[in-house]
Amino acid sequence: MGRLSVDLCGIELDNPVIPASGTFGFGYEFSEYYDINMLGTFSFKGTTRDERFGNPTPRIAETPAGLLNAVGLQNPGVDKVISRELPELRKVFHKPVMANVSGFSIDEYREVCEKLDKEEDIGWFEVNISCPNVHGGGMSFGTYPKAAYEVTKAVKKVTHKPVIMKLSPNVTDIVSIAKACEDAGADGISLINTVLSMRIDLSRRKPLLANTTGGLSGPAVFPLAVRMVYQVSSAVGIPVIGLGGVSTAENVIEMMMAGAVAVEVGAANLVEPFACKNIIENLPAVMDRYRIENLKDIIGAAHK
Amino acid sequence: MKQGIFTVSENAALTENVFRMKLQGDTSDITKPGQFVNVKLDGLYLRRPISVCDRDAGALTLIYKAVGEGTAQMSRKKPGEKLDLLTGLGNGYDLSRAGDCPLLLGGGVGVPPMYLLAKELVKQGKKVTAILGFNKKNEVFYEEEFRKLGVCTIVATADGSYGEKGFVTDVMKKLEYSFFYTCGPEPMLKAVYAAAATDGQFSFERRMGCGFGACMGCSCKTITGNKRICREGPVMDKEDIIWDA
Repeated sequence: MGRLSVDLCGIELDNPVIPASGTFGFGYEFSEYYDINMLGTFSFKGTTRDERFGNPTPRIAETPAGLLNAVGLQNPGVDKVISRELPELRKVFHKPVMANVSGFSIDEYREVCEKLDKEEDIGWFEVNISCPNVHGGGMSFGTYPKAAYEVTKAVKKVTHKPVIMKLSPNVTDIVSIAKACEDAGADGISLINTVLSMRIDLSRRKPLLANTTGGLSGPAVFPLAVRMVYQVSSAVGIPVIGLGGVSTAENVIEMMMAGAVAVEVGAANLVEPFACKNIIENLPAVMDRYRIENLKDIIGAAHK
Repeated sequence: MKQGIFTVSENAALTENVFRMKLQGDTSDITKPGQFVNVKLDGLYLRRPISVCDRDAGALTLIYKAVGEGTAQMSRKKPGEKLDLLTGLGNGYDLSRAGDCPLLLGGGVGVPPMYLLAKELVKQGKKVTAILGFNKKNEVFYEEEFRKLGVCTIVATADGSYGEKGFVTDVMKKLEYSFFYTCGPEPMLKAVYAAAATDGQFSFERRMGCGFGACMGCSCKTITGNKRICREGPVMDKEDIIWDA
């Protein structure tokens, strides 16, 4: 156990840095750039029952401190994830991986988790009830406490692995959603997913994204995420993973002081392919600067 | 893919809004014509993908049109300034399919990637013909550079103010060739697709997030499945393309 190690739902991580789902594929492509075994773990591309192309393009737009995406859960479907993606990943990654799962019905969440549960290298489930870019699923489960409760319950029935519910910031009361997940037996909470946003092309007088709206991520949302992590971690007794605009080692420490036991890095991977590697390598020096002996010690420091 | 810091050695206008930037740095990851680099710029969150016009050991040439904030900022860079680049992105053209007398068709800022491709094909002893398409005379660039490679070079302008009058496809129809390679605006690519007498390869441009395959922002559907323009592309085989409705 080093200075950077943390516990995430009973599994020890070498460090709290986790590339966020949708910014790291199934990991093996990043292993061409650096040894991804240096990561705490990573959350793989959101997986649904069937293969999905996602939304029409353009599905990326820019803003001064971040980007909007409306990818819409493009993924090969759970069967190909098991037969094609995980075997590729296994060749280069030797730690438990976080399985990010999404769905359009409670049955779909259950079915996908049931299939993935048999894969030994999956350490945790991260259940996405917060995708703003699909209709009739995703975020709609994360905006009502009752629906969030039911998805959590259904998934918990089919797996003994830790179930982390990924929440949307696009709600009036994030704490009530988090509590509903905890009541249903969730082992952890991760937040935030992207913030529902929009840009307009002045010359065409039309939305920039073919999907009209998209999810905002990047440094623009970091303070919003810190606030929500702070609120949720003070209200629930289960571990919270903080994410949203994290780009530096300082951001990781701030998120942990807000109450996160681990931290996901999303948009930063897309502009700096070595973002997570740099953050992990910078952490010890930044910890020294703030007189932090072990990262564990600062979790929730801002609450005290 | 490699990340590297490059130094601008030259940055000059070729036409009213098309610029040529030469950079020095580690080009070892740029292995094929048709690949691109992704340029980090001040105050802009996403990098800007620019196709490679030429490269040799330690030097890189980019030709770009100043159309938005990012490329406008590039156009103001002075020799000596540094730029953070991701290099070696994209699949690039497959030279093994060229045959004896390949035809290259570039339109506007689709011309630059054709330059390195022409250079490599000439090196292999191919009889290369290039059709360079522009809207009008004052937009024409790189005609001389192509000729100097020993390439049979034909310029076409839409308004007839220089070279052949018409589109690249009007010239294409009069020629015989073993295979073709093309890059340009999508309406031109569609016209080339319709006019072509042989197989060929197309290079596509798309709004990208990361440029190296992580975000799935630039995906497209093809005959052989979903592909990322930035990773499995930007070069696609003619027989694989599905045009958007």
